[in-house]
Amino acid sequence: MKALAIDTSTYTLGIAVVDGEKVLGELMTNLTKNHSVRVMPAVETLMKECGVKASQLEKIIVASGPGSYTGVRIGVTIAKTLAWTLNIPLTGVSSLEVLAANGRYFDGLVSPLFDARRGQVYTGLYSFQNGYPVAELDDINILSTDWASKLKEFDRSILFCGNDVNIHRETLINILGDQAFFLPEHLGNPRPSELAFIGLKKEPVDTHSFVPNYIRLAEAESKWLEQQGS
Amino acid sequence: MKTDQIILGIETSCDETAAAIIKNGREIVSNVVASQIESHKRFGGVVPEIASRHHVEQMTLVIEEALNQANIQYDDIDAIAVTEGPGLVGALLIGVNAAKAIAFAHGIPLVGVHHIAGHIYANRLIKEMKFPLLSLVVSGGHTELVLMEKHGSFKVIGETRDDAAGEAYDKVARTLNLPYPGGPHIDRLAQEGQPSIKLPRAWLEEGSYDFSFSGLKSAVINTLHNAEQRGEKIAPEDLAASFQNSVIEVLTVKTVQAAQQYQVKQVLLAGGVAANKGLRQALSEQFDGMEDVELIIPPLSLCTDNAAMIAAAGSVLFEKGKRAGLDLNGNPGLALESQ
Ligand SMILES: [Zn+2]
Repeated sequence: MKALAIDTSTYTLGIAVVDGEKVLGELMTNLTKNHSVRVMPAVETLMKECGVKASQLEKIIVASGPGSYTGVRIGVTIAKTLAWTLNIPLTGVSSLEVLAANGRYFDGLVSPLFDARRGQVYTGLYSFQNGYPVAELDDINILSTDWASKLKEFDRSILFCGNDVNIHRETLINILGDQAFFLPEHLGNPRPSELAFIGLKKEPVDTHSFVPNYIRLAEAESKWLEQQGS
Repeated sequence: MKTDQIILGIETSCDETAAAIIKNGREIVSNVVASQIESHKRFGGVVPEIASRHHVEQMTLVIEEALNQANIQYDDIDAIAVTEGPGLVGALLIGVNAAKAIAFAHGIPLVGVHHIAGHIYANRLIKEMKFPLLSLVVSGGHTELVLMEKHGSFKVIGETRDDAAGEAYDKVARTLNLPYPGGPHIDRLAQEGQPSIKLPRAWLEEGSYDFSFSGLKSAVINTLHNAEQRGEKIAPEDLAASFQNSVIEVLTVKTVQAAQQYQVKQVLLAGGVAANKGLRQALSEQFDGMEDVELIIPPLSLCTDNAAMIAAAGSVLFEKGKRAGLDLNGNPGLALESQ
């Protein structure tokens, strides 16, 4: 099955074209550049390079968040429009689950994380079954101090992965001590081929109604809900 | 043999998710608009992040509906025209990226369209354009006089130096405690009141076609405030009528002057505020007596944001050879004259 995978949920831009078990091509950059300008040209270039035409695609897989609101929306909009217009199935995969795959051979639990500003992170907790990540907890938006305290209770080794880990490294070590492990810098990028193969194992979603998993409400929305309650 | 030109239009610059199919630049085959206004009302204005979220929910549904209603296959489509700006950047990005995905999937040419060019071209869905023409563009974000010598050529001869007319309407409506969006409420109140309160008209320098509405807005707020301090009550319908009179007089007089100076054959009203009854009336009265100028006012459904107007502008730009690449971006500050 020929599939296209797209991840734009962080600064890392990831595109993969796979055929069955085989990665035909993979493109990854880690630049603070505009996804909106770069995704479609990257898809076009990579597919051409791999000799795959749009009409030959059988599945679209997209990282569905959390992450940058605008970033995730660009990937999801492109993915759902492609899936709908080509009339092929669409699958969404948690952006954190994709990143967790970088810790596949770690003996313990894996916590992928993205910085969410003001001391917060988007994160989750994953173990592995048959080589694929399985969520131990739901993806969450939480203060890194609270997250570390929560993980302390697991009494297991925890591997943190992602490009933003350094922002919270001290906090994590302070609370978790030698329970905390870290990946080398160059394994901090979510790999688009991981996204593709995780997605191929998952059930398709309803394309029209598919939306990013922002985890957080829009600020205006949460303020409005607060006012309704008071 | 295929002879008709078919354009798919996509528009997501603010709070309407829209797609349309038009034939030969002038004939609406389908025109689908999903409005988010109910969702934004509770915030008293459009919240950009929420607008972007709604666009993602609606985008493919709206395009599918437009294609289904038109009974069109991808093979039939000559080009996809999408609003590239101006507007809310996060909102623009949804339409732009959806358009690029379809263009790539089916190898269809892509054309980026300026939102205001779209508003002006809404008129071509009613009546063929005759050049030179003058368009008065009035909306929440724009107040402009645009001169067109030929298709796809736009010269801004006057624009607002501060608030757009629509913005002034919304702010005055808020001062009068009217619900969002305020424009239609002021228009309705104004029909019931008398323009008995003296308010300023900003004519600016002799011969200028620019506009300014912030002074007027402040005058309305001061008038209310001063009356309150004196313990007097001002009838809101009179204030609405006086405010609306001032806005419309400036718009109408400058439009007439420009129409005469540039000897235009047509005057086109464009933009969301073109739905305003008072403005429609005043312009109709002014241009009724002028034999060599034709006034065109689109129906309400084509004044507010829609994708048929984007497709109509895109049709002409496509004919002129304008093309966008897959690197097309949303551009919130796009200039009309660069079109
Ligand atoms: Zn508009």
